[in-house]
Amino acid sequence: MVALHKTPNPGLALHIDNLSHAFHLDGTPLPVLENVSLDVEPGEFVALLGPSGCGKSTLLRLVAGLEPADRGTLQGDGQPIEGPDPTRVVVFQDPTLYPWRRVWDNVALGLQAQGVLSAQRPRVDAALAKVHLTEFARAWPRQLSGGMAQRVALARALVNEPRLLILDEPLGKLDSLTRIAMQKELIELWQRQGYTALLVTHDVEEALLLANRIIVFSERPARIRAEIRVDRNYPRKRDDPYLVQLRGEILGLLGLGEA
Amino acid sequence: MSSADLTQTQAAAPAEPIRVGWRPALAVLAWLAAGLVTRFYPDFTRHWPLTDGVANGEVALAVLIGMLALVAPRSERLAQRLRYLAPWLIALGLAFTLWELLTAKLGILPMPFFAPPQTLIAVYFNDWPRLLDSLWHSALLLGSGVILGAIFGFIAGVSIGWSSAIGYWLHPVLRILGPVPSTALLPLCFFLFPSSWSASVFLIALATWFPVTVLTWSGVASVDKAYYDVARTLGAKPGFLIFRVAIPAALPHVFVGLFMGLGASFSTLVVAEMMGVKSGIGWYLQWAQGWAAYANMYAALLVMALACSGLISALFKVRDRLLAWQKGAVKW
Repeated sequence: MVALHKTPNPGLALHIDNLSHAFHLDGTPLPVLENVSLDVEPGEFVALLGPSGCGKSTLLRLVAGLEPADRGTLQGDGQPIEGPDPTRVVVFQDPTLYPWRRVWDNVALGLQAQGVLSAQRPRVDAALAKVHLTEFARAWPRQLSGGMAQRVALARALVNEPRLLILDEPLGKLDSLTRIAMQKELIELWQRQGYTALLVTHDVEEALLLANRIIVFSERPARIRAEIRVDRNYPRKRDDPYLVQLRGEILGLLGLGEA
Repeated sequence: MSSADLTQTQAAAPAEPIRVGWRPALAVLAWLAAGLVTRFYPDFTRHWPLTDGVANGEVALAVLIGMLALVAPRSERLAQRLRYLAPWLIALGLAFTLWELLTAKLGILPMPFFAPPQTLIAVYFNDWPRLLDSLWHSALLLGSGVILGAIFGFIAGVSIGWSSAIGYWLHPVLRILGPVPSTALLPLCFFLFPSSWSASVFLIALATWFPVTVLTWSGVASVDKAYYDVARTLGAKPGFLIFRVAIPAALPHVFVGLFMGLGASFSTLVVAEMMGVKSGIGWYLQWAQGWAAYANMYAALLVMALACSGLISALFKVRDRLLAWQKGAVKW
């Protein structure tokens, strides 16, 4: 096991300074992000929490380079982020697998897009093995359950050995049992690969189980309301009194009181 | 546990004969009736050639169905096939009997316009070189037009769907020229083009081009934007987005367009052959009508129906292969 273990791909350092962004609906700007500043250390797991529709997903799109930001600084390892790059990979809430490709070919997508697939086919097999789906390599996406599809999407991201994994509510549509299993898998993969992870979630408990640090956002336009460090080793327990207490604090910050 | 169940049912199977039902017996009777009526019922006006031949064929079919029904209990597949086909076999046997009675035997339908079955068979016997030649010329003309139209339609559809600059120029052309029935342009094209053949290729291509373009375009335009986001974050360049994302995602629409285009091309083909091109099935129909050779017309119509249906079936076969990833697509 140890012999097979690669040198972990070092995580990306993310530097966000005074970032503001607006949508334009019928000509009137609708601010979604306002003066957001955030530094993420290499290999850190940061969760973004906030009311739904507050602009967290927009922040992820900017970090991924899918859209240019209106104002502010956005840097990965000191270099400005100007477009998408396979070192920063997104896993979306919907698996968005291509239905016309078999599972294996879906996972191979990134390597094929970068033109290195023919030389690096074993990487696809390895990524499928990481999410325990080797047997489903020849299946069509429509034949998979929701959890399996999301694990394929995870493998499709990991095969590129990203330095920053951007997780946009990846478990949001899964049933609670699958969720718990996949939270464990996410932690194990992150610990093994050493990438930096940025997770948007609506689930306070999920953020507490996974993240080193939780950023709580306000209503739209999103501003950072609080930063909470979660000082616990992995694997964490759901009923850890420390986590339960943090959960209460965070729900208070979100205006939901002692729920 | 389950394997034990399986061996048990397998062991039990031979004891129980596979049921074929009583319908094949009715089919035998229906075809026997057709044969006997054709052979022994006196003709109304004149004796048609090949009457005995058709009668023999019908009786032979009855015997064949009977033999298959006797063998069927030994083969599950054959029995299933026979059970499935039996209602159609009965109906066709009755239809042939009725057709024979209404035309040759009782003369209820006016004679030169409604031909009895034996005259159609006679046409295939006597006139097959000309029919085959017509079919070949039609295929050549249709193939040239449809392939050109499909290629240009596909390219135009992808371009309009992808690039707004190309869309700016092509879209108005599509909107003005597309809905015009291509047969309406026939007189114009016959003097604009050097030959009636090239004019017809152009019109068939045009008839195919319009639906293929519109549906390819709508297919490309309706691709989920998230598919592009995924590919872009994984390092895809624009070429990859077009050829590996947009086109495969649009392919189901493209096939609907090809289906519609093929249908439109058939009618353009026939009109073009009737009006200008001096060969092909459409020309044959026109020619048969000019000579009041109605049996030839029916025979040619039947050939055409089978050929067109075969082409559509082939298209669906190709689609089923290429779109195996789709579930529950329309079956032809």
